[in-house]
Amino acid sequence: MYFYDDIDQRIIDERVAQFRDQTNRYLAGRLSEEDFRPHRLQNGLYIQRHAPMLRVAIPYGVLSSRQLRMLAQVARTYDRGFGHFTTRQNMQFNWPKLEDVPQILADLATVQMHAIQTSGNCIRNTTTDHFAGVAGDELLDPRPYCELIRQWSTFHPEFAFLPRKFKIAVNGAVHDRAATRVHDIGIDLVRAADGALGYRILVGGGLGRTPLIGQVIREFLPERHLLTYLDAVLRVYNRFGRRDNKYKARIKILVKERGLAVFQAAVEEEWSHLMDGPATVVPEELARIRSRIAVHPYATLPATDAGVERMLQEDVAFRRWHQRNVFAHKVAGYACVTLSLKSTGVAPGDISADAMDAVAALADHHGFGELRVSHEQNLILPDVPVAELPTVFAAARALGLAHPNVGMITNIIACPGGDYCSLANARSIPVAQALQERFDDLDYQYDIGELDLNISGCMNACGHHHVGHIGILGVDKHGEEFYQVTIGGSQTAPAALGRVIGPSLKQDEVPDAVERMIDRYLGLRDSEVERFVDVVARVGIEPFKESVYGLKAHSSTPTV
Amino acid sequence: MASRLIHQRRLSDDTWRVAQTPAGLPADADALVSLADWLAHRDAWRARGGRLGVALEPADDPLALSDDLDCLALVTVNFPAFTDGRGYSTARLLRERVGYAGQLRAVGDVFKDQLFYLSRVGFDAFLLREGETADDALAALDTFSEAYQASVERPEPLFRRRLG
Ligand code: SF4
Repeated sequence: MYFYDDIDQRIIDERVAQFRDQTNRYLAGRLSEEDFRPHRLQNGLYIQRHAPMLRVAIPYGVLSSRQLRMLAQVARTYDRGFGHFTTRQNMQFNWPKLEDVPQILADLATVQMHAIQTSGNCIRNTTTDHFAGVAGDELLDPRPYCELIRQWSTFHPEFAFLPRKFKIAVNGAVHDRAATRVHDIGIDLVRAADGALGYRILVGGGLGRTPLIGQVIREFLPERHLLTYLDAVLRVYNRFGRRDNKYKARIKILVKERGLAVFQAAVEEEWSHLMDGPATVVPEELARIRSRIAVHPYATLPATDAGVERMLQEDVAFRRWHQRNVFAHKVAGYACVTLSLKSTGVAPGDISADAMDAVAALADHHGFGELRVSHEQNLILPDVPVAELPTVFAAARALGLAHPNVGMITNIIACPGGDYCSLANARSIPVAQALQERFDDLDYQYDIGELDLNISGCMNACGHHHVGHIGILGVDKHGEEFYQVTIGGSQTAPAALGRVIGPSLKQDEVPDAVERMIDRYLGLRDSEVERFVDVVARVGIEPFKESVYGLKAHSSTPTV
Repeated sequence: MASRLIHQRRLSDDTWRVAQTPAGLPADADALVSLADWLAHRDAWRARGGRLGVALEPADDPLALSDDLDCLALVTVNFPAFTDGRGYSTARLLRERVGYAGQLRAVGDVFKDQLFYLSRVGFDAFLLREGETADDALAALDTFSEAYQASVERPEPLFRRRLG
């Protein structure tokens, strides 16, 4: 993580004081709910179904063990002993009291954490690859650029009241694990033919009601121009983005309505005035940020370990876990371990305070006290020495966090849905649990192979259902919960949006429908390497549609 | 009634009168005109003696005032709702692109919690909405002692100042 200097710390301390004042004025009746709302949202505080919900920022998904212990303490002191990791690498608390929130923020500030801009119509927490800085396939470490963007976007005075929320994602690896194609701005770190560093900039991607894949607005932007160019894009959006209809207010609609060429020309014109101005990045700043991002003292270790090799031969449970939950590290002799927060019977992304403490201890003992949060709502130990994998496996198993399902059907991404969220049309968690139970058999899961199943409780798509290989969306039909199923979505390049297979289903029909599609897939695939999503791309959605609706008259299922 | 106008960190009296045309206006009155009225009667406005100001709405293009720097003493930018943030870009463009150096006043749904951002993008005057007290609001100008970005108030971003 990036370690704050005095100025960074002072800024978040002053934010705590500001929010305390706003909360006090609200509680004393001197600030109306209407005026308080946008301000509390910019501090991550929602008022939802049961209680306020506080969303704490985990900038670009990097967390220290000390910070995780603080999250555990907050969960214990102010909540009901657990927290929920979101698909945007943040943590949500579902039961804090409004009066406690200023103190929670003050506690968080002691470990350099905050809830700044985790909600509201402003620039949100920037996200990136959860293996940033350790991935074997990385071209460039995205973290310094994410930090640059974090500082630029924190209390940017011009862009605090945008037409709508604004999300930026950065990718520095061969495989895009940051879903940059479905963000308002996606940034790929690239090198030009002459070796110069820069960015490919995409704009106008997003999920929600009108899912769209981002388009390239600039093939190559030299490194120093990042912030002036972002200023230009945001200014065009701030001035001309639609404010008359919140469903048409995202930048993707502006880009779509004006056309990419017209939007691009407006950005270039704006940028021509800002380019080379004071916000031009200086190399000293990138060097300063890099020096404050802990570079760990990796030891020279053998790439393999005899004990691990033996266990891989002899212990099938270890082998499965190793195959699914262990990822190659760029330093020989180390590995990245995913701790699955997707065990059957637990809401996806949920973790208890005790488990947080235990995971923090694992990060200290088997790494450098650092953790990552993935947008798939799992936790990652990024720097485990290979020889320690058996110990970590045993410890994770004891904690119930060793479910070997990363990339598989039960590694479900799900938003909090109707159990917590007041915007929901339907619940997500019971559907996720029913599916986890249905596919609990590991042999079956391994036979199915790689499959992303994503669930959102409404069109806002917090569960990223459009880019699930199978996507499930809660819809409301005359006050009843129904679920629309899409297939063929993909969050990695080439990113694709899923297509609807047919009329919406009742909650108890969903597991059967998914199972029938899986059976059809198993019958259609060429070989074990052809994934579900590949088969959908090859044969289209018809066979799957038929497997679900078959000869059953469509009239027996309500159309939504 | 206590004044709700802050100009350069002081309470101030509002002397400006909203007008549509110069006709019937005392020669020395401070006249505040909408952008449309200004553009329609520019020559007539320029020909009169009193001070001139233009009132911008969120959708107005501030670059339309590029040729009028010599005669404008006030530009107001309206915030019909504080959540409509277009006026922040308007202000920066006026200060940084057009080069306007006179009084730049935020009006409309303006209260304590916006003042810090507003002052950073170049507003030096704030007409608080009804019910707000200026003392409380003034304190908000110092909510934060530092800021990361380049802004009108401090043209160098923090990372350049950190170098020093
Ligand atoms: S997708 Fe809808 S139901 Fe789910 S968390 Fe987002 S807003 Fe709530």
